[in-house]
Amino acid sequence: MTAADPARQAQPAHSPSPGEVASRAAEVRRNWLLSTPALTLLFLAASGPLLVVILYSVLTPGEYSGVVWELSGDAWYRVILHRDIFDDTVSLADAHLRIFWRSAKLSLLTTFVALIIGFPTAYFVATRPPQQRTLWLFLITIPFWTNLLIRTFAIMEVIRNEGIVNSTLMSLGVIEAPIQLLYTDTAVLIGMVYVYLPLMVLPLYASMERLDFRLVEAAYDLYATRLQVLRRVIIPLVKPGIIAGSILVFIPSLGAYVTPRVLGGGKNMMLGNLIELQFGQGRNWPLGAALSLTLLVIVMIALLVYVRNVSRSESRG
Amino acid sequence: MAEHARHRPFSVRRIPGFTAIASLCFVLLYAPIITLVIYSFNDGESVALWEGFSWRWYESAWDNIQVQEATVRSLVIATLASGIATVVATMAAIGTTRTGAFPGRLAIYAIINQPLMVPEIVTAVALLIVFAMIKVATGYSGLAYLVAAHAAFCVPFAYLPIRARLEGMDLAYETAAADLYATPWRTFRHVTLPLMAPGIVAGAMLAFVVSLDDVVITEFVKSAGQDTLPTYMLGQLRRAVTPEVNAISTALLAVTVLLVSAFFVLSRQRR
Repeated sequence: MTAADPARQAQPAHSPSPGEVASRAAEVRRNWLLSTPALTLLFLAASGPLLVVILYSVLTPGEYSGVVWELSGDAWYRVILHRDIFDDTVSLADAHLRIFWRSAKLSLLTTFVALIIGFPTAYFVATRPPQQRTLWLFLITIPFWTNLLIRTFAIMEVIRNEGIVNSTLMSLGVIEAPIQLLYTDTAVLIGMVYVYLPLMVLPLYASMERLDFRLVEAAYDLYATRLQVLRRVIIPLVKPGIIAGSILVFIPSLGAYVTPRVLGGGKNMMLGNLIELQFGQGRNWPLGAALSLTLLVIVMIALLVYVRNVSRSESRG
Repeated sequence: MAEHARHRPFSVRRIPGFTAIASLCFVLLYAPIITLVIYSFNDGESVALWEGFSWRWYESAWDNIQVQEATVRSLVIATLASGIATVVATMAAIGTTRTGAFPGRLAIYAIINQPLMVPEIVTAVALLIVFAMIKVATGYSGLAYLVAAHAAFCVPFAYLPIRARLEGMDLAYETAAADLYATPWRTFRHVTLPLMAPGIVAGAMLAFVVSLDDVVITEFVKSAGQDTLPTYMLGQLRRAVTPEVNAISTALLAVTVLLVSAFFVLSRQRR
């Protein structure tokens, strides 16, 4: 960033000639043409289908699966409300609200725990000598690229009743009977922290790597304590990394499907499992579509908050 | 703690307790994976009790016809999807770097990176709905759906390393080639492409790993009998767990570690 970019310095001061305007237009056309295959693929197999989900959320569920082409607001209504099939009384859909609450609670807890563990870890890596950093970073990256299912499976093996955690605790005499961890909310929390931790460490590291330690030194020179330095100097400086890491952990946690399914068993469902249920046993595709869109809207709000926070801290810096 | 502080010279970078938490973090990050790898070589039925070293679970996985089919299917899908994704991502990267801002550039970025922002389960549901309609309309239910779905979510993973490579490249080489009367195609073929090759290879490898590892989208999009290795394993987890799944996991893990290590070496390469 410190080196001057020669291309940017050489910007023409005069107004562009007609020839330059024409070649610029040709370049823009070329850029769009080159991007078209990627955009087409993504429109067909990512963005376009999202539009169909919106349509499906306002249709009537078919008898076995799929939909009947009849408009209905029932799916959206059922996201949070429940109408009794016998006496038509309307109440809040407790089961759904409980799952929303569990998803929100577990995602926030996952983000918090990952931050508590990830912050010191990123700091540790960022304060190693430069040649060593690559190796430490590599050690963080390997679990990140390892199959999520394999990592969830590894956690399952470790915390099950006959697993290494319980057998070690029992042979040490700390506990007499195994603690039932597997198929609880705690298991889902442990699993999500484990699988999403690298997503917290990597952006934190990126902002800590650029930390100017002369500022830290100046704070110590002015008789700041270690805690004051951490709270008043380091944390404000790496705030963009904290926000980025938290968003990167929170979003996949909220939409988690594999981890709660494997570690939570059938009972401790999260939003992702509730959505899947509507396309499987539930046979209510419109409700599944409405629930997916609800999840998407929450994620988009989180992303907007992130973008606003980052642009604010950038304009300040 | 106090005693330590007295013996160690004061360092502005040190924060008490951070190194301990970091060490613990690295141990916790690797302990479960290492346990999994070790027990895949266990001779017994149990995944908790060590009964001596053996390759028996690797042999039984190797002989399992379902595992064989799932492995081949995974590799076919990952190869096709990462190939398609890399080609379109390379083109898009050339179109969106080193040209300055142009109308719609941010929109192109947003669409290309969309798979990174939308939760996988939402994309999975969307594809399930659309592909179900196409399946009914055309009667075709082959692997093409999975290849298309994988290719789409692989695009950003291929695009980002290629773009990073291109942004670090000097336009002077191409200008020199053009000054020496090379046609645009020859300039691209003999100057631009060789220079960006490490980025392309790195992007292709990431896309391959991401496709090979996908569970959620595959689980929703696949037709009956189209299990990939990860969805086969997910199905097995629902029933009794056998150490065979440990063995498959370890094999997949080895492939990932190899590819990611190669990626690391490639992306460090500077000219």
